[in-house]
Amino acid sequence: MAGRKSKTATVNKPKASQKTTAPSAAKRGANPPTVAPPANRKRVQAISAADVDVYAELERLSAYIDAARREIALIHPEDVKEEYVPGATDQLDAVVEATADATNAIMDCCDEIHDVMGDVSPSVGTKLTNVTTRIYEACTFQDITGQRIGKVVSALKNIEARVDALVLAFGDETVKPQKTAGARKSAKNKKTTDADLLEGPQLSEKAKNQAEIDDLLASFD
Amino acid sequence: MAVDMNMNVLIVDDYKTMLRIIRNLLRQLGFENVDEATDGTQALEKLKENNGEFGLVISDWNMEPMTGIELLRHVRADDKLKHIPFIMVTAESKSENVIAAKEAGVSNYIVKPFNADTLKSKMVSVLGDF
Repeated sequence: MAGRKSKTATVNKPKASQKTTAPSAAKRGANPPTVAPPANRKRVQAISAADVDVYAELERLSAYIDAARREIALIHPEDVKEEYVPGATDQLDAVVEATADATNAIMDCCDEIHDVMGDVSPSVGTKLTNVTTRIYEACTFQDITGQRIGKVVSALKNIEARVDALVLAFGDETVKPQKTAGARKSAKNKKTTDADLLEGPQLSEKAKNQAEIDDLLASFD
Repeated sequence: MAVDMNMNVLIVDDYKTMLRIIRNLLRQLGFENVDEATDGTQALEKLKENNGEFGLVISDWNMEPMTGIELLRHVRADDKLKHIPFIMVTAESKSENVIAAKEAGVSNYIVKPFNADTLKSKMVSVLGDF
């Protein structure tokens, strides 16, 4: 009875235990454990041998993908899409607008000079014409810089699209770091430094005008 | 044959500032009758409306929806318009662009940025001395 019980217990042991306990049992001179028939054992060994390499490769692949996900999460792709690219394109649009405004203001002045050419001597008139012509020529920079900036904007939009594709491929949740309550609190309590204050020129819709600045200053009185 | 300084010149560019610059340079050169269009489609409409009465077209290349080279091809394919001299003024400076424009029938080609002397010399080569 006891022997039968023991036999059943040996058969039910997991394969790994079987493998480790069998030699010591043999050394002790105990009954050998029940093993699979030869045909079955051969099939199990063949699958295990083939699996080892594939399994190792899959593990390496999985580790690689995990590392890639972590690295992508670290660059905060949602910030690239929602903050950096739109911010940069807005700034570049503002550059184009500002240079266009300045160019038109310069040409307005040239037009005024042109209007008074009849009131001056011919020699002075010729000089003024030459000077205004050179100013008009110089103003063509605005078209060229506008086109160059347009190219940069296209490149940024291309990067944005690729980041989008990356987020889609890896899954939104994977690449979007979850902000913990602690992190949110810490961001809220973070003290503004002098460096934080330096953002350069504001976009016109965000910038305060002089009257608003004056009001703000007056509010301290 | 003397150049008609009263001829209509059509300038085409999607940058309003550039239109103004070219208009002013033309005025300095003595051409006061200048009309403007901001893309190829609008330019083609103006050319057809005026039955080819323009003496010169000065056009940018990179515009939407109709580019300068498409405008040029339309002009050259139209019996009433194909005689009009056509100068391309563009930042596109690759050889392929110049070749494509030449094959489409461009009269001359100016690369931006340009100056009044270049504009005048190209106009002289197309229209004759003025």
